[in-house]
Parts: sequence; C-alpha cells; structure tokens
Amino acid sequence: MKILVPIKRVVDYAVKIRVKSDKSGVETANVKMSMNPFDEIAVEEAIRLKEKGIAKEIAAVSMGPKQSQETIRTAIAMGADTGIHVETDKELQPLAVAKLLQKLVETEKPQLIILGKQAIDDDCNQTAQMLAGLLNWPQATFASKVDIKDDKVHVTREIDGGLETLSMKLPAIVSCDLRLNEPRYAKLQNIMKSKKAQLNVLTPEKLGVDTTSHLSTVSVEEPPKRKGGVKVENIDQVVEGLKKNALI
Amino acid sequence: MYRLNTFSKSTLLKNIQSTYLKNYYTSCLVIAEHDNKNLLSGTLNTITAATKLGATNISVLVAGSGCNGVAETASKVKGVNNVVCVDHASLEHSLAETISPIIVQLQNKENISHILTPASNFGKNFLPRVAALLDVAAISEITQIKDADTFQRPIYAGNAIATVKSSDKIKCGTVRTTAFDKAPTEGGAGKVVSGNDWAVPLVEKALNDTHIKWESSEIVKSERPELTSARVVVSGGRGMKNGENFKMLEELADTLGGAVGASRAAVDSGFVSNDLQVGQTGKIVAPELYIAVGISGAIQHLAGMKDSKVIVAVNKDPEAPIFQVADIGLVADLFKAVPELNEAIKKAK
Repeated sequence: MKILVPIKRVVDYAVKIRVKSDKSGVETANVKMSMNPFDEIAVEEAIRLKEKGIAKEIAAVSMGPKQSQETIRTAIAMGADTGIHVETDKELQPLAVAKLLQKLVETEKPQLIILGKQAIDDDCNQTAQMLAGLLNWPQATFASKVDIKDDKVHVTREIDGGLETLSMKLPAIVSCDLRLNEPRYAKLQNIMKSKKAQLNVLTPEKLGVDTTSHLSTVSVEEPPKRKGGVKVENIDQVVEGLKKNALI
Repeated sequence: MYRLNTFSKSTLLKNIQSTYLKNYYTSCLVIAEHDNKNLLSGTLNTITAATKLGATNISVLVAGSGCNGVAETASKVKGVNNVVCVDHASLEHSLAETISPIIVQLQNKENISHILTPASNFGKNFLPRVAALLDVAAISEITQIKDADTFQRPIYAGNAIATVKSSDKIKCGTVRTTAFDKAPTEGGAGKVVSGNDWAVPLVEKALNDTHIKWESSEIVKSERPELTSARVVVSGGRGMKNGENFKMLEELADTLGGAVGASRAAVDSGFVSNDLQVGQTGKIVAPELYIAVGISGAIQHLAGMKDSKVIVAVNKDPEAPIFQVADIGLVADLFKAVPELNEAIKKAK
C-alpha cells in the first residue's frame, strides 16, 4: 500500500507573527519557517504504518514556492520514500490544494492519504475534507488513533464531548489531531541523505489545475489589544474585582 | 391624486423587485447541530449570523435519526422560515459522507446563496466537503459578517484578523459561535417539511460509495455546563501537577456554576480528557469569566480564550505571559490560592 502525505511549510509555531503595515498580510520574510506541526504527525503516522509492514511506500508532497522543497526533505529525513513538489509562487487556498492532490492521486494511486487537520497559518481545517469530497472517498478527520486491518481502516476521532470510532474501506482519507502520535526527530545521517534525494517537481499548469480562488483577502489586521496586565496582592482583591464586574 | 398613485405604484414595484432579488441572493441554509433529541446551542448563534447577512429567507436542515422533535424546536427559533427534516438511521452520527450530498441537493433545488453551520467539530467535519462538491471556497470560523460577501476570520491562532471577500456564487462557511448571540428559541413560525423522499436515496448511495461505518463512541459525561457556552470557565494547566488536583478546579467551577477547561499541556500530561482543551486546536470559548490556573499563556492557548470578558490568572510565575491579558492577576501558589478563592467566593455570594 502506498500512502500520500501532503505537508505544508508555515511560519514556525513559536514565532510571534507581525502584521504588515500595509495590511496586506503577515510578514513572512526573514521569519523562521518549518513543517506544519499537524503534518509532522501525519508523516510520523505514515512511517509507523510502514514500520508495521502495512505500508510499502510513502510519498510526501508539498505545494508552494521553491523553499517548500526543504519541508519535503524534512519528511524524507524522517522516513518518507519519495518527494513531490508542486511549484508555484501563487498563494494556494485549500480548494486549489485539494484539486492538485486529486490530480496526483491519479498518478500516485495511494490507498491512504494522511493530512494534518489544519495548517497553523490559515487555520482553515479544510483540505482533507475537500479532497475526500472531490475523490468521493470516506474521511476520518481529527484522528487520535489509526488501525489498519486488511482493507479496512478504523479511526478514533476527537469530537466535541469525547471520542468516536469509524471504520472505512480503503482508499480513504485521514486527518490528524495532535494526540495521534509524537513525531520523531530525523537522524543527522538521514538529513544528509535527504539533501540528495531526487524530487519530482511539477507545476499546477503541468497538472492542468486552475488554482484561481474566488476568495480574496481584503485586509489583514491586528486584533484589538486587551488592556489586562493588572496584578492584585491577595484573594480579597480578586473577589473584589469579581464583584466590581458583577460576576458574583 | 393620480400622480401620487402612479408614484406609489412604481415604488411598490421597486420594493417588490428588491425584495425578490434580496430573497434570491441571500437565502441562507443553516445546518443544525443536534444530538437527535436537542438542538445544540451553537445552531442558535449560527442563525443569528444568518440574520446578519440580511437574509430574508433562512432555512434550517435537521438531518438525523428520530429527530422530528429537533425540527419542531428549530421551527420556533426566531428568524427561521423553513425547516427541512431528513430522518434516516444512518444520519444518527452526522457522518460527512451522508450529510454532504443532502446539502448539495438542497442547494440545487432551492438556489441557496449561503450555507452556514457552527464551527464545532461537527461543522468543521462536513462543511469543506460540501464546499468542494459545490466547487466553491469555504470560509472557516467567521467572526464577523460585513455584508453578504465579506467576512472576517482569525488566522495565525487569532493573532491576525483577515477580512475576506467571496465572489463565489455560493458562500459556505463555519461560524465561530462565541462571536454571535444566540437567536431566541421562541417567536419563529417556520414550516417543517420532510426531505426524506429525495434525500434518503442520496444517503444510501453515499453509504454504498464510501463504505463508511460508525462503530462506537465514548462521550465524557458531565453535570457541568457545556464548555463552549458556559458563562464561567475555570481552566487548569501543567501547574496542576496531576489529574487528581483538578478536583479543586471542579469545586471552584461548581461554586460559580461554570465549566472546567484545560490547556494542551494538561491534556497531553493526561490530567484530563482532550475534549476539555481550550486553544487554537481545541475549543474556542468566550465566557464572561475565565479563570486560568497554572497556565502560562502560550499563543496557542490564548487563541482559545482571549475574547473572554474578564480573565483572572493565578500563577506563581510573575513573568508568565498570561498576566499580560489578565484583568485580575494573582501571583500565588495555586494549591493554596484556589481553595481560598473558592471559600471567599462562597462567602461573598
């Protein structure tokens, strides 16, 4: 079985972002970028399935500018077998990404696609569901446990109020929640090897996908600042504060 | 007299035309979240969001199993014009595969311009699937509706607010429920219609195509109010040291009639179950009072609670970032402070 793992290069989760003064977006020049944390979990899960002998091959795919290749190499250093880069300088929204992935499914023929549940930059939480819709495949989003037996995948999902388990016949789509696993660090030796890996570089044009979005960003602004920052000395003052705000 | 008459006639015609066009362009379908017995409160916030579109026609889809009572409840919500009820055993657990084709078909039949649902795990799961099937963008976690095409939504864990404009024919979005008031549960006179005749074949086809099967669920039972709609939330972090100590927070929450939440650190350490997680990747809350106990205040946690009206922080580290957003900050050992606070509030009440 082949697993396709789509990954995204995003501003590192620990970076305190800055909104551009012309309100056109968030500053990404000279900012530390890394693999979207949820996608690391997706890569890790695919590797574990390979280590169990369930998966034969893992293809990592990323879409975006040239630098996305670093993210693909990170996935290869972790244990992915091959890398595909869909190169474009245009901003891709989830629907475009899903359409590009749909095309790749035709040639790569994966039985399972594992994605992160959301990218921490756009916070959309859409791509896995959109891809499942386009392919008419079953989907299990927000997975915290994945079990594969024969041609069936059993997934435990995080839902409001608890957990639920679904079973799907392959081919299927899984999106990862935080608690699915603990991603490994790549070994230095593997990082060196990944630098030489041959990537399959494509473009949206080559794949015949129109990536134009009908959703445009009018402006990006900073959220209103909270006043906050008042410290009190003791419990009585806390209670007083609650009273003043009519909370008790 | 004659002139006046013609004038009012043409005005009348214009009014009819504009109402017609408005109806046509802003007919909103709200997908109800429910547990087959009760309409969940996030649906009410979503209906309010629908009214902000200037939609003069708001329909609600109730898809479930044995959910007629929910459809009745929805029809009485103020602002609701129609309720479409689809009742099928396989819709009991709101699987995206089965609910999505129903929504797509409804759109085809009724020419709906907007499709909204709560940005809960329920809504996040199927709405993008629907958008892809309709070949339109999806707009996640709408916090403000500027007009029928323009929306605001938070990005980068709430550290930036994006205003987006859609030129798609159909707008699909999930609504951040804490950003909109609840619609009144009375005062509506919607008509309930069954969609079974056309929807059931679609559900059965979807099951055949995708072989999706619901197996089981584990729901965490709690007597306390639901986290996302509670008036008060008391949350604990890594500083709680273990799950046993969360009892202190439960007692404080009970005194205040609130819910208990947690930071990711507390969930990852196994202190409490993950459905209590507040933050970018957990639940978004905006209660009147949020009490953060032993929580440092990482960006990802703040994303889930910084719209709370009053934030109280108890932490022994005076440098903890939580104090930058707290209205009332107490630098203290939580193991001493929390029981004392509980007693003091009981006394003050």
